[in-house]
Amino acid sequence: MTGSEPVVAREPQGPTGEVEATLLTYLLRHADDNLVLAQRLGEWISNGPELEEDIALANVGIDFLGQARAIYTYAAGAEGAGRTEDDLAMLRPEREFTNCLLVEQPNGDFAHTMARQLFFDVYQLSLWDALSRSDDVTLAGIAAKALKEARYHFRHSSMWVIRLGDGTEESHRRMQDGVDAMWRFTAELFTGDAVDAVMVDQGIGVDPATFAAAWRDRIDEVLAAGTLRVPEDPYQRMGGRTGFHTEHLGHLLSELQWMQRTYPGLEW
Amino acid sequence: MDAAHLSGSGVVIVGDTTATSPEIAAVRAVLEQVVDPEIPVLTIDDIGILRGIEFEGSTVVVTITPTYSGCPAMDLIKDEVTSALGAAGYDAVDIRTVFSPAWTTDWMSPEAKRKLSEYGIAPPQSTGAERAPVLCPRCSAATTHIVSEFGSTACKALLVCDACGEPFDYFKEI
Repeated sequence: MTGSEPVVAREPQGPTGEVEATLLTYLLRHADDNLVLAQRLGEWISNGPELEEDIALANVGIDFLGQARAIYTYAAGAEGAGRTEDDLAMLRPEREFTNCLLVEQPNGDFAHTMARQLFFDVYQLSLWDALSRSDDVTLAGIAAKALKEARYHFRHSSMWVIRLGDGTEESHRRMQDGVDAMWRFTAELFTGDAVDAVMVDQGIGVDPATFAAAWRDRIDEVLAAGTLRVPEDPYQRMGGRTGFHTEHLGHLLSELQWMQRTYPGLEW
Repeated sequence: MDAAHLSGSGVVIVGDTTATSPEIAAVRAVLEQVVDPEIPVLTIDDIGILRGIEFEGSTVVVTITPTYSGCPAMDLIKDEVTSALGAAGYDAVDIRTVFSPAWTTDWMSPEAKRKLSEYGIAPPQSTGAERAPVLCPRCSAATTHIVSEFGSTACKALLVCDACGEPFDYFKEI
């Protein structure tokens, strides 16, 4: 990965040190979300249920990869320690990844993938919309672009959840299974922490709790249109934002990072 | 527009492809050779990827923006800009990528849309309104339907014409 560095500079944001470190943490969690989901979607290539869908999943994945690159590049510059976007993506261990647990969940069948995608797409619609108004002009620029892409992602995932939910008995059952399986990873998306608080304070970030209700309304609407039941299971898993992951992330990273770990600095 | 100005979102945009100084115009003429690798009937200026040209001393600064965040053609486009300018005698070239303002198909000129249609790709509609029926680029019928929101590249959707039966790409409005 080389190139695409945004050149717009971030305006000075008050006290340095702690805020700068928190900004780095904040950027990395969002970049990690995008990279990990891009990798999951890439796993569908040549395995899609039909040719068009194979292409669609790859296209959505590449949007996430591009967004991840833009954020990693910005984070690497903000850190100013000589690390590059590649170092951040390829050379950090599992415990340093702070993506949400939802995106690292295995693809399962196509319905599982679409449930995961719907939940995440609706989250990102609100996230990018809010961050597009960030005082941090670089982040706002990345977010405004990502928001346009997120609208297409939502269009795609919601269409499939409705079609499969309101389809045959078999497709309905599998779509409901997917929704039920991914549900336990959704509360984490809206659980803000001290990092979010500092970012809100600086006018850079957003408290994800503020869009939990909008997310739920939209999800209820899509699930209802697909004749699907909103899960009642109150059990929720968390930990991704502090680096405590499900067992799946380590396996994903071992594949993603294998080349750079085995042949450090390899380029082609 | 001035060579450097502030957009509404407060982001500094460097240069302006419509600037008319002879030096800029000469660079612009060279960049007319650089086409989108996925859609070779459109130049990077036609499609709105080229955002600015200016000189910093003797260095030509070319500012570009990706169509989609993950557009895989950006590195190739940079190489082609560098090599086209190098062949025209510009040795010092600096290519900068900006994300803001976010690229939109509304930047595409009517001429670019006509070229797209002739090439067999239905051109993007304006982003302001709900999508109207997409006309078949081969037989102009309005009775077409979408097969997939995502086509051969991130910027296109796949449709089929109900009148002539041809599948075709639609350049999505964004």
